[in-house]
Parts: sequence; C-alpha cells; structure tokens
Amino acid sequence: MLEIKNLHASVEGQPILKGIDLKVAAGEVHSIMGPNGSGKSTLAQVLAGHDAYEVTQGSITLDGKDLLDMEADERAREGMFMAFQYPVEIPGVSTMEFLKTAYNALREHRGEKEVDALDFLNLVKEKLALVEMDLAFLSRSVNQGFSGGEKKRHEIFQMAVLEPAIAILDETDSGLDIDALRIVSGGINKLRNPKRAMVVITHYQRLLDFVQPDFVHVLVDGRIAKSGGKELALELEDKGYAWLENAAAAAATS
Amino acid sequence: MSSSTDTQTLHDVANQEYKYGFITDVASDSLPPGLDEGVIRALSAIKKEPEWLTEWRLKAYRHWLTMEEPHWPKVEYTPVDYQSISYYSAPKSQEDGPKSLDEVDPELLETYKKLGIPLSEQKMLSGIAVDAVFDSVSVATTFKDKLGELGIIFCSFSEAVLEHPELVRKYLGSVVPYSDNFFATLNSAVFSDGSFVYIPPGVRCPMELSTYFRINAANTGQFERTLIVADKGSYVSYLEGCTAPMRDENQLHAAIVEIVALEDAEVKYSTIQNWYPGDKEGKGGIFNFVTKRGMCKGDRSKISWTQVETGSAITWKYPSCILKGDDSVGEFYSVALTSGRQQADTGTKMIHIGKNTRSTIISKGISALNGQNSYRGLVRVQKGAENARNFTQCDSMLLGDQCGAHTFPYIDVRNPTARVEHEATTSKIGEDQLFYCLQRGIEMEDAVSMIVNGFCKEVFRELPMEFAVEARKLLSVSLEGSVG
Repeated sequence: MLEIKNLHASVEGQPILKGIDLKVAAGEVHSIMGPNGSGKSTLAQVLAGHDAYEVTQGSITLDGKDLLDMEADERAREGMFMAFQYPVEIPGVSTMEFLKTAYNALREHRGEKEVDALDFLNLVKEKLALVEMDLAFLSRSVNQGFSGGEKKRHEIFQMAVLEPAIAILDETDSGLDIDALRIVSGGINKLRNPKRAMVVITHYQRLLDFVQPDFVHVLVDGRIAKSGGKELALELEDKGYAWLENAAAAAATS
Repeated sequence: MSSSTDTQTLHDVANQEYKYGFITDVASDSLPPGLDEGVIRALSAIKKEPEWLTEWRLKAYRHWLTMEEPHWPKVEYTPVDYQSISYYSAPKSQEDGPKSLDEVDPELLETYKKLGIPLSEQKMLSGIAVDAVFDSVSVATTFKDKLGELGIIFCSFSEAVLEHPELVRKYLGSVVPYSDNFFATLNSAVFSDGSFVYIPPGVRCPMELSTYFRINAANTGQFERTLIVADKGSYVSYLEGCTAPMRDENQLHAAIVEIVALEDAEVKYSTIQNWYPGDKEGKGGIFNFVTKRGMCKGDRSKISWTQVETGSAITWKYPSCILKGDDSVGEFYSVALTSGRQQADTGTKMIHIGKNTRSTIISKGISALNGQNSYRGLVRVQKGAENARNFTQCDSMLLGDQCGAHTFPYIDVRNPTARVEHEATTSKIGEDQLFYCLQRGIEMEDAVSMIVNGFCKEVFRELPMEFAVEARKLLSVSLEGSVG
C-alpha cells in the first residue's frame, strides 16, 4: 500500500529526513517512535504534502501512485488522512459544514453523488458515538474553543467519517489525560480493519498500551535506527532513546 | 442692503434658464451634458416638482460650487469631469448600451452564469433593451395593495414628492443636510430618483421591502436618493441592491440614503453592492461615492446597517448613526471585499448624543490580488451622552502579498462615563488553516471561500435569510482566481 524509498526532506534548506525506507501494507499498524527532533512530525507533514517541506530525494507511492506528484488535497482524495498534532481552528466555519465539504469532495472524486445535510447527519451520528461526542459538536466552529481532548477526539471522528485508506496519526496522544486517551484509542481501534493501514507517530510508549502496533520503528536523526515488533516499544520504555542515539551517532562518525 | 444685487441675481438666473429653453428639453426627454442653474431648473420642471424643492436643489447647487472634492479617502482615481455628465435622461437611453450579449465583457457574463442569473435578466443587467417586462410589476402591485392597507407608503421618490409632499418636505435633508459633503451636495442638487418609505406609528412592516419589487426601480440613475421614515413604534427591514454585477454607463454614482427613526422605531437596512468593478486593469468600473446616514431621533429607537460590498472600482461610503434619542441603538455590520484593482474606503460614524446610547461596529475587510481596503470609522460621544457604550471590532484579512488593508479609527469622547472598546486584527489567510482543509481533500478555492465566509459569519448572520445565502455565493464567486 504505502511505500517510502530513500526519502530525504528539508525545511528552509535544513535537512531533516535523511533516507527513510518504509513499507506499510493494508491492515497493518506501524508505530514510529523517536526522541524530540528526530523527524517524526516532519515525516507526517511530508506524507500529507505540506509545501513548507521540500523533498530532495526519494519517492513515496500509495498503491503504486506517485504521491510526490500530487498536492495535499489530491493525496487526501486518494485516501491519505493525517490526524494533526495541533488541530487548527477555523472561526465561523461549523464542524458540520467543514466535514460535509470534505466528505463530498471525496465522494465527487470517486464519481459518487454529493450527500445533502440530512443524509450526512444520519451518517455521522454513529461515528460520533465512536469517540463519545454528541451532536452539539457539529454546530461549533472547527476546533474553536475545543479542549485538548476534544480536539483529538474530533480528529479521530473525522477519520471515522472520511474512511481513509491510510491514516497518519501525529502525536495523537500528546496532551491527553488518561480518560481522553482511552476514548481516543478506543476510537482508533474500532477503525482498524484489514483494508486500512495506520502509521501511529508517538513519543511515548503509553499510547501503544491501548493501540497495539504490528511494527515499531525508531527514528533517530532522520533515519530509521531500529525496527521491530511491539516488544521494541517496551524496550524503549525501559532503556530510553539514548542507546539508539549513541549508536546512530557512532555509525554516523565511523 | 443688497436688494438690488438680489434682483440682479434673480434676473441672471431667469435669463439663464431661458437660454437653455427647457421646454424643448422636456420634449426630447434628456438634457445635454453640463451643469448650471438652468439645468437644475429644467430637471426640476421635467419632474413637475414644487417650487420649494427647486429652490432646495438650487441652494445645494450654489453651495456645491463653493466646495472642493475631498481627497482624504485612501483611494486614487482620475478626476471626474462634472460638466461632461448629462444630469437628466429618461427613459434610460438604450442607444449607447451594448446591442447584444456579444458586446458585453465575457468575464461579466461568466459571473452571471455562476450566480445563476436567467438570460433575460442578464440582458437587462448589462444594459441591453429587453422587450419582456419583468413579472415583478404584477408582483409589485400586489405588494402595494397589501402595504397600502397598513398605511405603509413605498414608492419612488418622485412619486412621493408629488403625492406626499408634506412628509418629504419635513424629512428631506433632515439627516443629510444639503451642505453635508461634496458628493451629497451634488446629489441634493441633481438627484434623479430613488425610493421613499413611510411606516405609520405602531406598524410592523410584514415583509422585507426591496427595491427589486418597486416599479421603475431600474431607472433610478446615478444620483439616487432614498428616504425612509419609521414613525413611533414601527419596524421595517429594507433591502437594497442585488448580487448580480450591474453594468452602468454612468461611471460616477453619488447616492444618498436618509433614515429617520422616531420613538421606539426600528429600521434595519441591508445592502449588497456589486456594481461593475471594471475589467482586469480596473477600466470602466463604477465610482461609488455614497452618503448613508440614519438618525435615531426618538428615545429607544434603533437603526442597523448591514452591508456586503464586493463591487465597484472605488467604494467610498460610511453608513452612520446619529444616536439622538435616549437609549437609542446604532449598529453597523460590514463585509468589504476588494480584489483586482478595486479600492474601498468604508466604515461608519456613530455619534452618541442621547443618554445610555449604545453602538456596535463589526467590520470585516478582505483584500485579494491588488485590492486596497480601508476601514475608516468615527465614534463620538458628546458631552450629554451619559453612559454611552460602543464596541468596535475591525478585522482585516489579506489574501496574497500584493494587496493592502488599512484601519483609521477615530475616537472622540467628551463624557467621562462613556465606555468605548476597539478591537482590531489583521491577518493573512492562515497557511495552517488552508493546509488543514486541503488535507481533508477540500480544493484550494473551496477552502479559501469557506475560510473567508467563516471570517464574515458575524456579519452574514445579520442579513435576512435569502440575502445571506446570496451573499455567501457572491463572495465565493468574487474570490475565484484570487489565490494562486
């Protein structure tokens, strides 16, 4: 499904990603871990197509299609979804309107008819329950005045409605208390299915107690320093990132 | 002392009017270009106006001669030659206009299509003679009967002058005096036609009054004059304009709107202005120099202005409220969009005179491409205005880096009990907001339109329902192609 080959990317001329290779197949959940500044969020932004990041080398394909050839909105319509670490407020635009517009853009892309407000409302009702949100949310402006937990639940709710082929979850656990974490990860788990891939980016192992990954990759200084199964996350919990950082630094200088 | 001079002046005037032989002009139904007292007398005579009005026009004209065109607005344009304008032509001359849609700016036609305007209306809007008369004439007649039963007067200004002279004479110029400003004074001298509304005491007008439904509305010309009087305890909502970009061979528009609200009366005035903004270089666009002012004359009266300004090459207007009655309320809600080469200098004046008067100003300026947008507002609290309150929020949004937004707030408080709040923000349309929308699969143009519409929501919700829907659509169409 998603294939990243030798990906190099920089911001304002500063190289951040220095050769990433990753294959994610349908139904799999991959976790990307790593210390601050290792390039985790950059990877998410590059995958989603943020134009502040320049890809200098390598390729990204989704089901064989070249993602680097597409703008962010085209990638989204091809099934790429990113749950934002810092969801953005859009004053005056209701959550309902925002999401209906997005939903209809995807439908149009697939050659399907637009849905009207009433059909859309029926559709989203059950999805709201996934993250324990009520209908009143839909009439509030997008993310405006939302608590940290509400913002993250809102991201997962959007994923539920838009039903992407692949979801990148960027630090979805950051800033959540334990109750909110349980709700958010409960939502994520319900959205796992054999056709959908997920890339879960996180600094802490905590989220992975709730969302069990099939694979864990550790990102250090823009490269994947180590890959393994879910037990790797536990090892990191014990040892921290330092041993991998030291190993990476040694490898870089030798 | 100067009775001989007076006599001499009168004599000159008499000779002058004779020189132009206005009787023949009546037959030809139009006056040659140029402006002097003879032209004004002729104009007034054609319209069969009473003498007091002719004199009023002349007083305005004489005052106008002593005035200079204002240059303080932050707009630039080639000077207007006031002697090259014909100050009367009726019915509107079709000969100078395009003969068919083929001769009309294709971009304008494209816009009509996007707004879903029927072909017959497209022709009318672009100034082509249309045989089929609007069915609104019959609609309007039905309306008139219904309004008549309630004692509501809603007619053209000229009709009001002839049929309700006592009302017109009492209120004309009572809010915008003939000497008010250069353009208003010119309008007072030569105004062509417009609307007149009177709501009797205690009557709540059961429908939105719209110029669209007034017979002969199309023929108001470039010097429009509107007078709305809401008697004690009455209510009216008035709609002006339409979303279609209206083409007009007259480049200069200098209109006046006067509103009087007596005790406990409320007037809501909503405008959508979408005059032709000119082509890509700004050529042929309308200069819209308008004076709009309301007087909250009675206690507890309320006047609310809502405007959506997307058209014209130049917009110069400050719908204002004079809060004379105690506990009276003034409101101003505005969205002004400038794109292409458009320039707008717009805002409001809230003059607090009565006790416990309150005013609210919400202004949203959007600039795209090379558009220049200025908010200019005055809040004045007079000495006797105990406990006056004002809240002003003035937000600007920039799309791109070739456009400009400017804010000129003036605050003049002469009573220590006043409370005046001013909030202002200027922002570029958020890159992160756009990315958030794009990441959800929404196309750039739709994202821009959605974000801008959200930015304007506080104003749009003040508009009557159908108008609000039209305004949103209009904004989206106006924004197309404005973000790269």
